[in-house]
Amino acid sequence: MQGNCGLFFESYRAEAGLFNTGFQRWSLGLFVALLLLCPLVLDTYLLSVLNLMCIAVIGAVSLNLLTGICGQISLGHGAFIGVGAYAAAQATLNGVPFLAALLLGGGASALVGMFFGVPSLRLKGIYLAIATLAAQLILEYVFLHWETATGGSRGLMLEPPKILGFSFEGERRMFYLLFAVAACTLAVVANVMRTRHGRAFVSIRDFYLSAEIAGVNLFAYKLVAFGLSSFLAGVAGGLWAHYTLFLSGEQFGIGLSITYLAMIVIGGLGSIVGSVMGAVFMTLLPEVLTAATRSLTGVFPDISSQLAALREGVFGLTLMLFLIFEPEGLANRWRLVKSYWKLYPFAH
Amino acid sequence: MTKTTPLLEVKGVTLTFKGIAALTDVSFSVEKGRIVSLIGPNGAGKTSILNCISGRYTPDSGEIYLDGQDMLRLAAHKRAAMGLSRTFQNIALFKGLSVLDNLMVGRHHLIHYGLLSAIFYHGRAVADESVHRRRVEDVIDFLGLSPYRHQAAGHLPYGVQKRVELGRALAAEPKLILLDEPMAGMNLEETEDMARYILDICEEWGATVLLIEHDMGVVMDISDKIVVLDFGSVLAQGRPDEISADQAVISAYLGTEDATFMGR
Ligand SMILES: Nc1ncnc2c1ncn2[C@@H]1O[C@H](COP(=O)(O)OP(=O)(O)OP(=O)(O)O)[C@@H](O)[C@H]1O
Ligand SMILES: [Mg+2]
Repeated sequence: MQGNCGLFFESYRAEAGLFNTGFQRWSLGLFVALLLLCPLVLDTYLLSVLNLMCIAVIGAVSLNLLTGICGQISLGHGAFIGVGAYAAAQATLNGVPFLAALLLGGGASALVGMFFGVPSLRLKGIYLAIATLAAQLILEYVFLHWETATGGSRGLMLEPPKILGFSFEGERRMFYLLFAVAACTLAVVANVMRTRHGRAFVSIRDFYLSAEIAGVNLFAYKLVAFGLSSFLAGVAGGLWAHYTLFLSGEQFGIGLSITYLAMIVIGGLGSIVGSVMGAVFMTLLPEVLTAATRSLTGVFPDISSQLAALREGVFGLTLMLFLIFEPEGLANRWRLVKSYWKLYPFAH
Repeated sequence: MTKTTPLLEVKGVTLTFKGIAALTDVSFSVEKGRIVSLIGPNGAGKTSILNCISGRYTPDSGEIYLDGQDMLRLAAHKRAAMGLSRTFQNIALFKGLSVLDNLMVGRHHLIHYGLLSAIFYHGRAVADESVHRRRVEDVIDFLGLSPYRHQAAGHLPYGVQKRVELGRALAAEPKLILLDEPMAGMNLEETEDMARYILDICEEWGATVLLIEHDMGVVMDISDKIVVLDFGSVLAQGRPDEISADQAVISAYLGTEDATFMGR
């Protein structure tokens, strides 16, 4: 329904569509088609990076739902991913089919997330951050010490996932699985955003007093946000478990929670596109650093040991630079660039 | 005036903050279909009364009934469904949501589809969204908000934001709408528009209005009844002509040169 001088809709339903212009639909379709062709041309290393990105996208968009959209900060996201990972792993180890195990992992994580979301009734901002940090530390402890469920410090070994007898072994097959789940997750969050639940989340973030007047049950919706966010995080965890095929407690430490927070800050709080951008960026960053280190070793032989130590520093520095120069995130920059080209050559 | 049970009854409401009285034994009523104004100097307790009615504050004692329902037994978020909505003295919009979505949140208590329907954007969610969207469009037309429909509320000019806030309250299809200084900070033209909207809300939209306003000209013009608060108690109440003739009110402040901009 794109006219020559703007967008017109013939029904409210059409207007509520996710991709409103033919151009949007075509460019998204093209983008997806290119991605689906990737496994045919990329080598296994590049595919593994792409696979990590898919998992990161799920983790990031789920955290953005809770923190960026509903305004409830969480430092426990890494641990919630871990809960899903262990629960899904235990499920497949006990013979549950993979897809069911993935949902079970999500469900387990949702319950745990809602439990640790209860303090959000009373706590906001930095206090909620500390409460969720406590959740992170408690869960890390559980991962390490509940040996029957998590294998303790030995960890858990897994088989590649199987759906209806088809085994997703290797990067190439895994890519299609991870990509599909990531796409579904994005669709779920985008749908929630155009319904009463998504609006209620934002209303709690923006002005909870007005939200309450409109009839939004603050506590219930915060719990729904924690539950939904953790469910998706648990799915990310289940995928991670069946992708890496080895689980240990250290994988879900506070560092992971912080990485995910960094993704949504860099990408753009409250933005779905931003979650994807942040996930891509934060997955690429270590790979680029490693590649840079490797290419420099030819010139300076000891640089690799020194740069390895510098890596954490580079991470922190990147985050800081983003907070200073791009506080609205990559998604906002992308929007500005787009509107610049829309008006080109009359933009100023 | 014929005798009917009032839509809102406030009976003997007392509210204290750490032992300091903000409201003392406040009683008044709002009849259905009327515009009732609450006036009084700064700090008189006008906003505090609204907060008691809407559930922000819980009075130490007293009773509040809306359409026969005991409001004080209901959590704040359950009062919308009883037909109550309000605006705030300072703008309290959802900055990140579009004007449309702000108004849709206003209808939250009327929209009932479940989370699964929302997640798959299927079935009731799709149908309900367009039904409620249509109702919101009526409010948008009424308040002349069409040009701003898709803009984020936080980026709009002040006067427009005030209108959006009125729209959000109206979108809830309230029986009683509480307006806390809807004209504050507006120029003459905007003030006149707002007065017109308030009259229409009462006459055409069938909502009863409880209004807090400092602009005495407007208050005298549009109110059916005025309740005067001073230091947390009701000083007088009655029709505008009774209030402007009331000795206690005159000696308190109406007689002073500041009459038109009382309290500023
Ligand atoms: N949350 C609170 N904590 C402590 N004191 C409060 C609180 N809210 C209101 N008060 C006090 O109660 C009294 C009444 O305040 P209120 O805001 O109801 O006045 P108002 O009539 O709305 O004034 P204004 O015209 O300035 O809006 C004031 O003395 C105020 O300081
Ligand atoms: Mg006030």
